[in-house]
Amino acid sequence: MADTAKLGGAVKLDAPKLKAKDFKSSQEVRWCPGCGDYAILAAVQSFLPELGLEREKIAFVSGIGCSSRFPYYLNTYGIHSIHGRAPAIATGLATSRQDLSVWVVTGDGDALSIGGNHLIHALRRNVNLKILLFNNRIYGLTKGQYSPTSEPGKLTKSSPMGSVDSPFNPLSLALGSEATFVARTLDSDRAHLQQVLRAAAEHEGSAFVEIYQNCPIFNDDAFETLKNPDTRDEALIRLEDGQPIRFGDKAVVQSGYGLEVRDAAEVDEADVVVHKSDVDDPAYAFALSRLSGTELDHTPIGVFRSVRRPTYDDLVRGQVDQASEGVDRREALDRLLHSGDTWAVL
Amino acid sequence: MNTVRQLDRVVIRFAGDSGDGMQLTGDRFTAETAKLGNDLSTLPNYPAEIRAPAGTLPGVSSFQIHFADSDILTPGDEPEVLVAMNPAALKANLRDLKSGGVVIVNTDEFSKRNLTKVGYGANPLEDGSLDDYQLIEVPLTSLTIGALEDYDIGKKDAARSKNMFALGLLSWMYSRTTEVTEDFLLKKFAAKPAIAEANIAALKAGWNYGETAESFAVRFEIPPATLPAGTYRNITGNQALAWGVIAAGVASELPVFLGAYPITPASDILHELSKHKRFGVTTVQAEDEIAAAGAALGASWGGALGVTTSSGPGVALKSETISLAVSLELPLVVIDVQRAGPSTGMPTKTEQADLMMAMFGRHGEAPIAIVAPQSPSDCFDAMLEATRMALRYRTPVMLLSDGYIANGAEPWRLPDLADLPDLSVDFATEANAVDAAGEPAFWPFKRDPETLARPLALPGTPGLQHRIGGIEKADGTGDISYDPANHDHMVRTRAAKIAGIPVPDLDVDDPGDARVLVLGWGSTWGPIGAAVRGLRDKGVAIARAHLRYLNPMPANLGEVLARYDKVVVPEMNLGQLSLLLRGSFPGVDVVGYNKVRGLPFTSNELQDALEEVIKNG
Repeated sequence: MADTAKLGGAVKLDAPKLKAKDFKSSQEVRWCPGCGDYAILAAVQSFLPELGLEREKIAFVSGIGCSSRFPYYLNTYGIHSIHGRAPAIATGLATSRQDLSVWVVTGDGDALSIGGNHLIHALRRNVNLKILLFNNRIYGLTKGQYSPTSEPGKLTKSSPMGSVDSPFNPLSLALGSEATFVARTLDSDRAHLQQVLRAAAEHEGSAFVEIYQNCPIFNDDAFETLKNPDTRDEALIRLEDGQPIRFGDKAVVQSGYGLEVRDAAEVDEADVVVHKSDVDDPAYAFALSRLSGTELDHTPIGVFRSVRRPTYDDLVRGQVDQASEGVDRREALDRLLHSGDTWAVL
Repeated sequence: MNTVRQLDRVVIRFAGDSGDGMQLTGDRFTAETAKLGNDLSTLPNYPAEIRAPAGTLPGVSSFQIHFADSDILTPGDEPEVLVAMNPAALKANLRDLKSGGVVIVNTDEFSKRNLTKVGYGANPLEDGSLDDYQLIEVPLTSLTIGALEDYDIGKKDAARSKNMFALGLLSWMYSRTTEVTEDFLLKKFAAKPAIAEANIAALKAGWNYGETAESFAVRFEIPPATLPAGTYRNITGNQALAWGVIAAGVASELPVFLGAYPITPASDILHELSKHKRFGVTTVQAEDEIAAAGAALGASWGGALGVTTSSGPGVALKSETISLAVSLELPLVVIDVQRAGPSTGMPTKTEQADLMMAMFGRHGEAPIAIVAPQSPSDCFDAMLEATRMALRYRTPVMLLSDGYIANGAEPWRLPDLADLPDLSVDFATEANAVDAAGEPAFWPFKRDPETLARPLALPGTPGLQHRIGGIEKADGTGDISYDPANHDHMVRTRAAKIAGIPVPDLDVDDPGDARVLVLGWGSTWGPIGAAVRGLRDKGVAIARAHLRYLNPMPANLGEVLARYDKVVVPEMNLGQLSLLLRGSFPGVDVVGYNKVRGLPFTSNELQDALEEVIKNG
């Protein structure tokens, strides 16, 4: 499991002694019946003991939206902030508190629309944050408008003739923002979700996790292709480090500047791309992120990219620690005030 | 032999092209003046453009200093001496010069080409247009080059030292010593000794030119002022604010976290604090104004002293975060160095038009505390006050500085740090309630009955895990609540908490028989004070008071205002404090004096305006 540094400096216990129930808060959970958020909450609650941290060392920060109610339901420290700003607030917290494990819970509207700027800057700085983006491709809390990940032509309350917006590909955006850890998982696959959370928690720096999440009220079955036993084998690509990328009767090969899905039968074994999440050049992970569009026909899940780069909060603290080591602040302030040109009046 | 004449005060303006080093010249003259014990006040004025074309009007940069043998309050209304390094500097500044004032020009720059560039049809040095002034023509550039002939530097570098020649000349004229500047130059150019030597030589040549040239019949002396004993330094408002932030960290024993996005005229606070990480100061240059406030708030939640600095347009962007801080009841100090608005307005020019934004510029009922420093050095104490209110009452506090005091400078008697207030915070470490199951619990909104402040349990505190958010909370437990009565109670409680912050009573300076009170706030303190002095010297009775606390206002304010027939409120806006006063104290006859020209009031115009009100009863 993760060492101390990877958890933002929070001191790990010898052995996990907490249970999922220890991470449940007293608040009644109030999402719509059937909401994918329930599954994610349960998966997170049963995963958190694995961190081996005392509850008080964990902080969840959220913005606005259905997903952003998340912190209320966890018995950790939590802050439910304002629309899109969670990465900014979490940056301040993570930078000033090395001893905390800081998590951001956000949604497609919160992170990619109103808060897009904060997300990309948190990622490029590589702040030690674990960012969980619940992508349901719709605005749920405001009752059903298209989101920046909605498919073109989508009929919603605010797009009765079909949305004319081009959507973001969240993973492509994260990779373009110099993210060091990029992953995708599904609300309904608890084992996979927890496996990705584990990898995210172990990552030193910003970990960006897109979780496909079903909104049964305003965008039901948006990810059905990836869940239905009749279609999922032909659509879902499970990325595993060191393994050739195959799914159904398909395989992924290099093609031109990117990657391509081909019938496995037509492809030489040696040409099948072997997945490596630690490839330094983000072009590979980017090509993976482009295998599917909103139509989800070839959708990789798992860890796309996981590379090491110094974290922002470590670098910031490093400078402050170096400059302030052994400094008596009061005495140093007195010297500062008296520095430069001074004169005495008797 | 020159005659030496005594003066009690003088206002000098150095003006030249942006590349002429006028700010440095002014800064050095200021240091020499401070050393002699004069009281002083300075104001730089530079173009918004970083490098406007040389020799043009937009490229003119100037520095004004007012110094005297008694305490003074402003950088002076009109310069009595103008040093013009080129035709553009003359043209841009002449209209401000006092009639009969001294103009010292660098004749080398008055070429036909340079004159044409700024629209002079005829040479003003020859066409009689300067007859109302005492014109002193000095070929500064060629004299400097001549003086540096034997030095190991090129002609171009030699010409660049002409500002030191001018400084030497002015230092001679006003009986300043140049040692402070010589020391400064040796340090500044330690890596380039040839440049240091050349500059010192130019400085001395300027001094000697004054001593020997026949143009100067008179030399002046301004005796030292009688100021309270102590150690002094010269300080700008932005520097005092930055140092105040450091001091607030020391006084609160908290690490300091500054979230900022560069904006004129507040960026210097970010620059200054970025240099002082040794005080445990973290500075984050955020991706935007919103993130700057958000990061500061996040750090504040984590137990740092969260500060964010900006100017009007940036503070507007921070509004939503400030409202969140109101709802979360977390400490946050927001520094607004006001500039002329709206929108980009005039970024390098001053204004006081953000008062209403500070009071009401948020959604919902979201009162915050507001404090406004009155002078450059006062920014230090104002920051400590803002911190006291923020930490003790768990609230955002707005500190309203402005471009005038941010860049203006004055001598500051250094405080004894033993007198720093104790701003330490008692963070919660133990449960303060019992939950339904009879277990110990932490209620984040179980308030202190005296201050109405809520307890702060920092993340990381064992057993006190809790969630806070922008959704309305039940008072006490902090659980989400849509209960109508609770919301009404919370809105009123948050308002009562701010209204109940104790602030000192308003001091009134009344000679005894005044019927008119002049009431200012913020940076108008200096000009109003000078105007009131002028009136009293003429035997006109007037009372004055100055508001440092804009929210809550001093408890005795209503009673003070009611004592006078009229209350004149000068503001660099269209009457924002006036409106607040009329709303709170409807019986008071408030007369606004309002100008928004991007410039501080002159004491003369205020004196005339006040006299007018007094005369007309």
